[in-house]
Amino acid sequence: MTRRLMEGSEAMAEASIAAGCRFFAGYPMTPFTELLESFARRLPEAGGTCINAESELEAVGMAWGAASTGARAATGSTGQGLSLMQESFSEMTRAELPMVIFNMARGQGDYFQSTRGGGHGDYRHIVLAPADTQEAVEHTQLAFDLSDRWRNPVLIYGDYLTAHTSESVEIEPMEFPELPEKDWAVDGTLGGTGRSRTVNPLGVDKQSAGIDPEALWNRLQAKHDAIEREEVRVETGFLEDAEVVVVSFGGVARFVRHVVRSLRQEGHRVGFVRPVTLWPFPYEAVAAAAESASRVAVLEQNAGQMIDDVKIGVLGRAPIVAIGGISTDPSGFGVGDILDPAVIHERIRGVLSDA
Amino acid sequence: MPDSISNTLRTDVPPAEPSKKVGALKPELLLKENHHLCPGCGEPLVVRMMLEALESLAAQQRTIGVLGIGCYTAFGSTLDVDLVQALHGRAPSLATGVKRMRPEAMVFTLQGDGDMVNEGLQEIIHTAARGESVTCILLNNGVFGETGGHMTATTVLGQRTKNSLDGRDAAYHGYPILIGDLLAQLQGTAYAARGSVHSAAGVASTGRMLKRAFESQARGEGFSFVEVLTMCPTGWFIPTAKGPEYLNEVMGEVHVTGELKADGVLTTTEQLRERGAAKD
Repeated sequence: MTRRLMEGSEAMAEASIAAGCRFFAGYPMTPFTELLESFARRLPEAGGTCINAESELEAVGMAWGAASTGARAATGSTGQGLSLMQESFSEMTRAELPMVIFNMARGQGDYFQSTRGGGHGDYRHIVLAPADTQEAVEHTQLAFDLSDRWRNPVLIYGDYLTAHTSESVEIEPMEFPELPEKDWAVDGTLGGTGRSRTVNPLGVDKQSAGIDPEALWNRLQAKHDAIEREEVRVETGFLEDAEVVVVSFGGVARFVRHVVRSLRQEGHRVGFVRPVTLWPFPYEAVAAAAESASRVAVLEQNAGQMIDDVKIGVLGRAPIVAIGGISTDPSGFGVGDILDPAVIHERIRGVLSDA
Repeated sequence: MPDSISNTLRTDVPPAEPSKKVGALKPELLLKENHHLCPGCGEPLVVRMMLEALESLAAQQRTIGVLGIGCYTAFGSTLDVDLVQALHGRAPSLATGVKRMRPEAMVFTLQGDGDMVNEGLQEIIHTAARGESVTCILLNNGVFGETGGHMTATTVLGQRTKNSLDGRDAAYHGYPILIGDLLAQLQGTAYAARGSVHSAAGVASTGRMLKRAFESQARGEGFSFVEVLTMCPTGWFIPTAKGPEYLNEVMGEVHVTGELKADGVLTTTEQLRERGAAKD
């Protein structure tokens, strides 16, 4: 197997195609733009379609239509663009449509948007937060699998570094357990047979007298409960005997992992928890880590969003301190001073000395 | 005398087939005859003509419809074709994704004026400009029927609605959009027409427009569009029986019926109005 030096955006587009993605629609916005460019260049060569949608609203609508036919489809933007798509995300979840959404976010201020959503009604997305390019490649393929398996949108939370860092990666189609047949997808061939299909978010069945929203929403809730039980993913390190546990996610967690390692080499009792899935959130792992720690530190590149989930997990077992914060350069793209091992080192040292 | 006529006219032998009441025939692509729309509603007529057009082109088993949000959404459970339910205004984008993945399918959207001309104006224009090979059908009654008769972007001047109680006033509410003209002038649009179901002749003419639109799609000529004026006596607050007359005289005066683009010839609503006036 050959490894290639690739920018994250290109690698995620290649990984999507390796996973069978044949439709993408998007609207340019930094730092998502290069992902759109990569799809526009590569999808037609792979027998797929990439549409330069006239707006984010239309991009998600096109992906919705494509997904309804059973094709593996994706869209994406930055958090700003995804704000425009929230209505569709919410409805697509109720229509139980698979779709992969890439958020090349400007920092980590879209944690709430990703995990709580800005749309209406009760709905959830599986959210994967890769820490580096190779993991972004794996998460991309996993996202297509999970979204088909659960018939639910899956969001990949990346950022400026995920999109633009070039690393040596290996893109091999990953193996997954067999998926159920898409016996709900429309291809037009069942018209007039009495067995034609409808892909809809309303709970409408053919020949039904009306809609049954309560039954639909209860079924969805049961599915989301099952996802919470079965799809939690988390990475932990150095937790045994850790006095201070640092919780962080995504690209920022890569810095934290590096700093925790070096602090360990210096003899400090510090460990880390990295939620790999932001939803479902690894509450149990956070609780277990907090059990023996004297401090739980949350380092996120925003005003304090994931800390809410950490509090739910810790449930008073240990004091929680926020050591992250808004951090961006003048471009506003979320590449701020916090993305510096020396800065993170100092902040964790501060917690260690209090502990 | 041609056989077909002679057979019809002969009374000395039994007919080859028992006589049928045409109005009682259910389109093959309808799962059941019942619907829950109001008495006097024009939308079921259009749905019927659309299904018959698809049947006449033998497109039963290669059709995918995308429904907008409005009263007609109720047909989602009774149309026997594959369907995707869209959000309000977004059907043309969904249809784009469907068609790109299923280019062999006959893809249509069914949308109201609130759905297409208010909420989704940008989507329908972009889809037409892209020359997307889909057929978008507009059910235009000039009101939000489902919410109980509120002003839309196609409500004509002077028309009373629940939120334009003294009638639509240009100075206060602005002017109606002639969506057919907007779409017809785009290069990506291959066929555009405006019909009306206020009369039997109008229904028949609408059926022909729908068939021509689907034929155009089948030939891969580009985007096709059929607007149909439909009665909404409930939303207009008039007696049911007055619906067709009101449609023809109030809506039809502004949204004049006829083909707006066919065989490469562009005809504006204004030109259709002048031709109508010349005939009168």
